[in-house]
Formats: sequence, structure tokens, C-alpha cells
Amino acid sequence: MVAVNPIRNAVLATPVIKPKLGRDDWIMRLFMAVIGLYLLISLALPLYAVLSKSFTVFQFSFGDISVQLQRDGHWQDAGTLEEWVGRLSQPVNNDLAPTSLTRLPILQTLTRRELQGVSQVRLRDTSETGGRLLYDAEFSKPGEIFTLEPRELRKLFVRPVATTGLNNYLVYFQTPALRQSIGNSLYIAVITTLITVALAFAYAYAITRSCMPFSGAFRTIAMVPILVPSLLPAISLVYLFGNQGLLKGLLLGEPIYGPLGIVIASVFFCFPHAMLIILVALSAADARLYEAAEVLRTPKSRVFWTVTVPGASYGVISAAFVVFSLTITDFGVPKVIGGQFNVLALDIYKQVVGQQNFEMGAVVSVILLLPAILAFAVDRFMQRRQVALLSARAVPLIPKPNRALDRALLIYCSVVALFILGLLAMSQLASLIQFWPYDLSFSLRHYDFGRMDGGGWDSYFNSIRLGLYTAVIGTLIVFLGAYMVEKCKGFSHGRAGFQFLAMMPMAIPGMVLGLAYVFFFNSPHNPLNFLYGTMAILVICTITHLYTVSHLTSLTALKQLDPEFEAVGASLKQPFYRTLSRVTTPICLPAIFDIFIYLFVNAMTTVSAVVFLYSPDTTLASVAMLNMDDAGDIAPAAAMGMMIFYTNVSARLAYLGISQLLFRSTQAWRKR
Amino acid sequence: MNAVFETQAPISNETSSSADSARPVYLKVDGIVKQYGDFTALKAVSLEVYRSEFICFLGPSGCGKTTLLRAIAGLDIQTTGRIFQDGVDISALPPSERDFGIVFQSYALFPNLTVRRNVAFGLENRKLPRAEINRRVAELLETVGLSDHGNKYPSQISGGQQQRVALARALATSPGLLLLDEPLSALDAKVRLRLRHEIKELQRRLGVTTILVTHDQEEALAMADRVVVMNQGGIAQVGTPQQIYSAPTSAFVADFIGSMNFMEGTRLDRQRVQLGALELSCDNDGLTADGPVTVAIRPEDVMVQGAESGGVNTFQAEIRDLEFLGSFFHAKLSEPSLGRNVLRANFSANLVRRMNLQKGQRLTVALPQEHLRVYARQV
Ligand SMILES: Nc1ncnc2c1ncn2[C@@H]1O[C@H](COP(=O)(O)OP(=O)(O)OP(=O)(O)O)[C@@H](O)[C@H]1O
Ligand SMILES: [Mg+2]
Repeated sequence: MVAVNPIRNAVLATPVIKPKLGRDDWIMRLFMAVIGLYLLISLALPLYAVLSKSFTVFQFSFGDISVQLQRDGHWQDAGTLEEWVGRLSQPVNNDLAPTSLTRLPILQTLTRRELQGVSQVRLRDTSETGGRLLYDAEFSKPGEIFTLEPRELRKLFVRPVATTGLNNYLVYFQTPALRQSIGNSLYIAVITTLITVALAFAYAYAITRSCMPFSGAFRTIAMVPILVPSLLPAISLVYLFGNQGLLKGLLLGEPIYGPLGIVIASVFFCFPHAMLIILVALSAADARLYEAAEVLRTPKSRVFWTVTVPGASYGVISAAFVVFSLTITDFGVPKVIGGQFNVLALDIYKQVVGQQNFEMGAVVSVILLLPAILAFAVDRFMQRRQVALLSARAVPLIPKPNRALDRALLIYCSVVALFILGLLAMSQLASLIQFWPYDLSFSLRHYDFGRMDGGGWDSYFNSIRLGLYTAVIGTLIVFLGAYMVEKCKGFSHGRAGFQFLAMMPMAIPGMVLGLAYVFFFNSPHNPLNFLYGTMAILVICTITHLYTVSHLTSLTALKQLDPEFEAVGASLKQPFYRTLSRVTTPICLPAIFDIFIYLFVNAMTTVSAVVFLYSPDTTLASVAMLNMDDAGDIAPAAAMGMMIFYTNVSARLAYLGISQLLFRSTQAWRKR
Repeated sequence: MNAVFETQAPISNETSSSADSARPVYLKVDGIVKQYGDFTALKAVSLEVYRSEFICFLGPSGCGKTTLLRAIAGLDIQTTGRIFQDGVDISALPPSERDFGIVFQSYALFPNLTVRRNVAFGLENRKLPRAEINRRVAELLETVGLSDHGNKYPSQISGGQQQRVALARALATSPGLLLLDEPLSALDAKVRLRLRHEIKELQRRLGVTTILVTHDQEEALAMADRVVVMNQGGIAQVGTPQQIYSAPTSAFVADFIGSMNFMEGTRLDRQRVQLGALELSCDNDGLTADGPVTVAIRPEDVMVQGAESGGVNTFQAEIRDLEFLGSFFHAKLSEPSLGRNVLRANFSANLVRRMNLQKGQRLTVALPQEHLRVYARQV
């Protein structure tokens, strides 16, 4: 103790203690590694596949094909195909950039004039890797020689080879039709964001800061759009304002197809998200600020602008970015009501499904990723600030009655609620009418999905299966993952990496993830290829797509527990899983239920993440809506949308009922 | 504290009790350093705890008490240094491979389990027959006086009862070492006094080696066999409550435990210090050089009775203030020859009545040589 510099001496004298890992530590790390691996395979690697696909350029490499001609029984060299192509008067392949699927008939490169009098043609793939030629649906092997009579040349094709380069991006930015989508997407997203946030702020303000009656009901109504696919409001708008729309006259000749329709439908499905975030921000107000303002006789309007708005500003900004990224990544709405107006998310769909140009789909995906990642980063930053604000709050604010304001807000909220319920009701109505607008009699025939494209009732039941699998498996994976990352000791790099992977899905648009799965799992070299086209891949994709929100919910719940539960368990020589199953899980049950229902509802409504991945055996309700709408069966699409709505409502009600029952028996301890 | 005190006198870790050397060491902490990044929370802490001993870690907030306790438990393993329990090196072992029971400040009771199941938690899953578990739980609940509350949930019982449940749970597996991190700080004063006594009693009966962390000096002095006073990540002094109180080896300990007069003076030689215009005799063996010192004396050691003018360390002083505090009076004494120093003294009610002491009165004061303590002072 008397040593001159005890710390230094001790450090020099004794080695740093390396904590021995107990069995629990190993198991927890193993679990974390497994779930981390799951995220790596279901997220990071597929995304990498998109990125590398976007840089994959296909080019004909004519120089790798040598030509010999037989005239009068004598073979003579005729150079490489490159020389032949050079002599053509027209550009090869109509000057289109080749894609992975392009197959150029060899006869387009060998001019008939030069083949005059040739009895046989010999073509040789001189490349080291082979595959330059395609004969009878088979790729050439390196050095393989095809000796053919001129009329047999029909069966021979030149195949482009993949190289790496920026060419796809060049093509993208040189094609006005593609390039324009960037501007269009930003335009739509910005306008939707401004409108939605303004509407949501006033609505949330009315609920939290006024004595307006029925605020509970208004709150519930605002959540309705979460329960339906984004296609539904677009379909309703078509019925209301489309070519044969009920209220078409209101638009004064302006078509609903295009930006107008996209914005209105986007406002509908983004509204609850923005409203919830701002609601939380506004509930975190400190009454003392308002009391101080009152004592100082600050005018009401100034209080609003100097206290209320700044207090909620983080929430508002966060809501804005959430709406922005929801809108810019949604493809259901523009698909239904976009008309000729192209946006990024729709371009991905068109490139991939319409033109089979996967490389260009990948390029658009990468471009779409940028604003989504930016919005995500800003949102995370804001959320963090908001949390700090919340914990510092002191006295909750209790609103005072103000007759004029309360009445005005009541009218306002009623109008918004009417908008939400009206769009829903329109779909309901349309799905029950014989033949809009000619025969308005009641009919259930649109619910007879068997008659339509899209997979019929099977799609509906597939969706329910997807919802249940996703909810059960997803809840398990997400909660365990969050538990490990929260409770594991040491291993800080591993935990940071896991946390990063868990946060990433929020920044990845569903379309991009779906396309990434196509590239990754459909590759013949992937040992997981067998998953392609199964229900399993839909479940994996949906869980990953919805991972972040569930993960954050779990973390929040876990952080509220006493951090010493595990220490007590360990001191009592109990393995961690016993503390987890006997204590942590029961206490977190409400949060676990929330995650379950969140996963189910969203699995029922998601379109973008799964639209590239379903197979004829695994068609889904939301995708069926899309396909039926595409085929002109709009009423059945509306009917399917309503089925999804009622299923989700039932799920929510069941959830309420079950949790009431369950909490009565297992959560008795919550009562004093 | 306004001065920077320096630990100068050698710390009598070993000499605290000559009988101790015969007792078996149960826990040995050897040069523990704990670093959080650049911050050193523990600076080479060494300590020996004897079997069945009740030890208190006492110190101001942030001095590293909890850090040391958690290192002993293996919850936050030290950066360097070793820990031996019962002769075994446990330095690197995870908590589950160590032998201890712990009670946290928050109790960390499992809210979804009844009191009985909380206590039984550590007994289950070890192939004990159910009847045996039930018997042991009943016994433990009996011990802590909660037999009637076994079926309640933690939220349905009082704070003091929760504390006892946590204690019973920690003792259920009969650990060799009991660790308590501020177990009483969440309770109101009355309950705290009662539980202080109960815990001490229980510990004596079970003979379990116990370490209790507290920043309440009264608690430490009342409960501990030995007190470990900590300051800024190091140990300031180890000793019995009496030693700590009556012979603090540093100005920090003197200031932290009880109340103490500190006066600025100058060392003259081994026997004398200069205080203002006064020259006082005292033992200052611990110091080696002349120079500025802090002279300390506890208020209750300031004498008036029987102090005659001209005796050792006596002088005249005026009562500037006299405050009635129930069983005693608190006086502030000043005297030009003391310089800027004000002397605080506690006088019993009896004495004040007998001598009819009053504000403004002058009297003869003695500072008994054996109660004067001298510490080096940095200027
Ligand atoms: N995880 C950590 N990271 C960084 N510094 C820490 C950490 N834990 C503790 N410290 C620091 O180590 C020092 C000692 O902390 P410790 O909790 O041991 O104090 P304490 O003596 O128990 O205080 P209290 O009486 O307030 O509980 C403090 O300065 C604290 O800020
Ligand atoms: Mg502490």
C-alpha cells in the first residue's frame, strides 16, 4: 500500500486477467452467432448480391469465337467473329445493351453473302471459360467446336459474358425514362411527407393536448390503414375518382392516375406511422413549461410556436423521415394508380418482371437504397434525441378545456377520420356490387376468388400461413437475438456487429430485399438454392424485412428489467436459460405479444418484399390483389383487400382477448 | 472538504489487531486494478477478509465500493490483480463458478414469482427432492420472519420485507460468502435500524463471511467487525470501528467518519505543533519533517471541566455560539491566539447546566494530548 506508484507497479507486475468463459457465456455467444449468421445470410449476403449485380455488365466477346469455312471440301480460316461483326452494315443486336438473357442468333453476325457457296461452317469457342456459344440450349465448353451446315446455323447463338463495370449506371443515367423516376420519386415523397406530417401533427395535437371528445376512437381510427395493404387505398381512389368514378367531377378534369392519386393514397397509408410518432413526442411534454408561460401571460399562439412545436420537433422530423422512406419505397400505390408516372420502386418491378433486365433492376435498387438509408440514419439520430428528452420529462401535461378550439379540432379530426374510413368503405362497397357502375345490385361474386387470376382462396390461406409462421418463428428469433445482445457479457465487437445487422433491415426497401433474394437464393451455386420458390423463403424474407422494429421493441422491454436478474441467477448457480424462461420471458410477455401481432399484421399486408419470391404454390393475398388489379379485376382485388383487413382486425381482437385472459392468470403479480 | 489531504501515516492493515494473524484468511484480494477505458476505478486494492468476519466497505459515492464488490463476485472482472477465496484462485472465474450469495440495492426480486418461489429459485434444478426444497424454503422464511408471506408477490409486501426475501434467497444455497450492496439504503430510517440489527444477528448465527457496501458510516460502525474505508479507488484505512473512529490515520478518514475539528498549524518538532499563537504538545510520530500540518480533534474530546489555566494544552476561549441539540450542546469557540481557526466542541447537557455555560462567556479549554491528531498539509 505504501508503494510510490501502486497502479503502475501492479500493472507491470501482474498480467491482465482474462475472464474465463462459463458455459452460459458460450451458449449465449453461440446463439448470437447463429442468429447473426441468419441475418448475414438473409440480409447482408443478398444485399451484396444486388450490389455486385448492378456492376455486372454483359458484353459479347466476339473475339473469343473463331470461324472456319469449308468451300469445295477445303477448310479455310475466316478470322474471328469480331472481324465479321466489324464488316456488318448494321449495329449488332439493334444496338441494344445485352443483358444476361440476351441470345444473339449467329446468323445476325455472319452475312449471307459471305456464306455463299460454303458447305460447312466451323465455329470454335476459344475462350478459357467457355460459354460463349449456345447450341440446342447448351453452353459451349472451352475449346468446343461446332461444325454445322449453313441451314443448321439457326440453332446457334452467341451469348454475352459477364464483366464488371459501371456501364449499367451509365445506361441508367443516359436513359431519360429511367432517370426521370428519381425526380418523380423525390417529388412524390416530399409532397406526401409535407401533407402527412402536417395532418398527423394536428391530429396528434388534438388527441394529446385538447379536451376534444372521442379522442380514443379517433386514435383507433387513425390506426386502420396499418391493417390493409397499401394497394387498397389506391383501389378505392380508382373507384372514387377513376374514369368511372363516383366523385370524378370533383377533380375538375384532373386525372387521378398519376401524382395526385399516388400522393393521396400514400398519405392514407403513411398517416398512422407519422401520427404515432408525433403522438409520443407530444405526450412527453413537461407541464411546467406551460405553467411558466401562463404565469408570464404569454399569448396562446406564441406558446404554441415557442413551446409546443420545438418540444415535438424531434418527433416531427423523425415522422417526416419515416413517411419519406415509406413513400419512396412503396410500389403498391404507384402500381395501381400511377398511370404513366414512373417512380423508382415501380421501375424495379418493371425492369425485373416486365423486361427481365435484372442488372438494371439492381441498379435502380441501389439508387433507391440511397435515400432510404439517409432517411433511416436521420431517423435513428432523432429517435435517440427523443429518448433523452423523454427521460428528462417531469410533470405530465393535463389539457384544459377550450370550447372553441376543442370544437374546431373535433371537426378537423372527424374530417380526417372520414377520409380514412371513407376510403376503406369504398373498397368494401365496390367489392359487394355486381358490376360497377352499371349494375349496382348486391353480390358476393367478387369474393369467389377461384374465378380470377391470382391464386384464388389459396392465396388467402397462404397469407395466413405466412403470417403465422412469420409471427411464431420471427418472435422467437428476434426476442432471443435481442436478449443475447443485451445480456451477453464482453464480446463487444460481436455485439456491435449483431446490433448493426439488426438495425439494417429498416433501411432496406422491401423491393430491394426481395430482388436481393432472387439474386442470392436463385443462384445455382448457392447451396440454399432449394429454398427458392418455397414458403420458407417468404417467411425468411418477411422476418428479415420486419426485423428492426421487432428488435427495438424487444430491446426496450428488456432494458426495463432490473439488470441484476441475470447476476442473481448466476450467483444461485442457475443456467441463464432458466432465468430467461422463468423470469425474463414471463415479464416481457406483453412486448412479445406486441411483436407477434406486429409480425402477423405486416406479413398479411406486405407486397413489396414478396412480389418477386412467390411461386405458383405460394401465391399470397396481397400479391393476388396486385395481379387481379393488373388483370382488370379491380373489384375482386378490393374484396381480397377487405379480407386482409378483416383478418387483421380479427387477429387484433383475438390478441386483445387472449392477452386479457393470459394476463389474468400469469400476470397477477402486476397488481398490488 | 476544502483541503487536499494526504495519507501519510503507514496504514496499519496488519497491526489492527494482533489476534487477527491467527485467524484463517477466507478471502484475499491482491492488487486489484479496475480500469474503465482511461479511468481507473480501483487502484491496486489489497485486502484480507477472515472467515466468518463481517466487513463493511465504506466510502463516499463513486469511490469504487461497488466496483470492488462486483469484482469479488465476478460480475465485472478486474483488469489486473488476483482474488483468492478459501485458498482457490477465482480471479478469472465467471460468477456461476464462484461461491457467493448477493443482495443488490434494488433487491432484484423476480416480480413474477411469489416470495416462496423466489427463495426456492436457487434450490431448484439441482436434483433436490421437492420435500427437501420446501423444508429449506420454510426454514429460510422462518429465519427472516416471513413465514406468513410465502404466497405473496414481491410487489405485495413492504420494502423491508422485500429486503429480507432477497436475503433469504441469497442464503438459500448456503454460500460461503455473502455480498450486500447497500441493502438498506432504500428503506426508511426506522426499518433500517431494525434490519441492521437483524442482519448482524443472522450473520453471527450462520457464521457466513459477509461483505456489506455502504456509504452510511453509522451503519458501518454499528455492523462491521472491521471497516474498510475507501477513497478514490483505493483503501484509506482498514480497522475495527473503534480504531477507525478514534485513530483515523489520515485526514480523509478523520473527516469522513464522525465530525472533526481541523485547524491549520505548523509542526515544530516530534512533540509540538504551533497553532496560531499557541504551542501544543502532541504525538506526531507519523510525520518526518517540520512544516505545515493539520491539527485535528473531535468535538467531544474538547475538555472544559477540570481544565486549569496553565495546564498542558489549555487556553482561554470565548463561546461564540451555543446550540442545543437534545442530549448535548454544540459550541463554537474562538480565541485570538487560535488565529482564524474556530473550535467546535460538544458539551453534555449536564456539563452546561453545572457550569452554567452561556454564549459570550469565556472559559478554559483543554485539548488533551492523546486526542490530538496531526496530519501533514500541503500548501
Ligand atoms: N461501467 C463503467 N464504466 C465507466 N466507469 C464506471 C463504470 N462503473 C463504474 N464506473 C466509475 O467507477 C467509479 C466507482 O464506481 P462505483 O460504482 O464502484 O462507486 P461506489 O463507490 O459504489 O459509489 P456509490 O456509493 O455511488 O454506489 C465511479 O467513478 C464510476 O463513475
Ligand atoms: Mg455503489
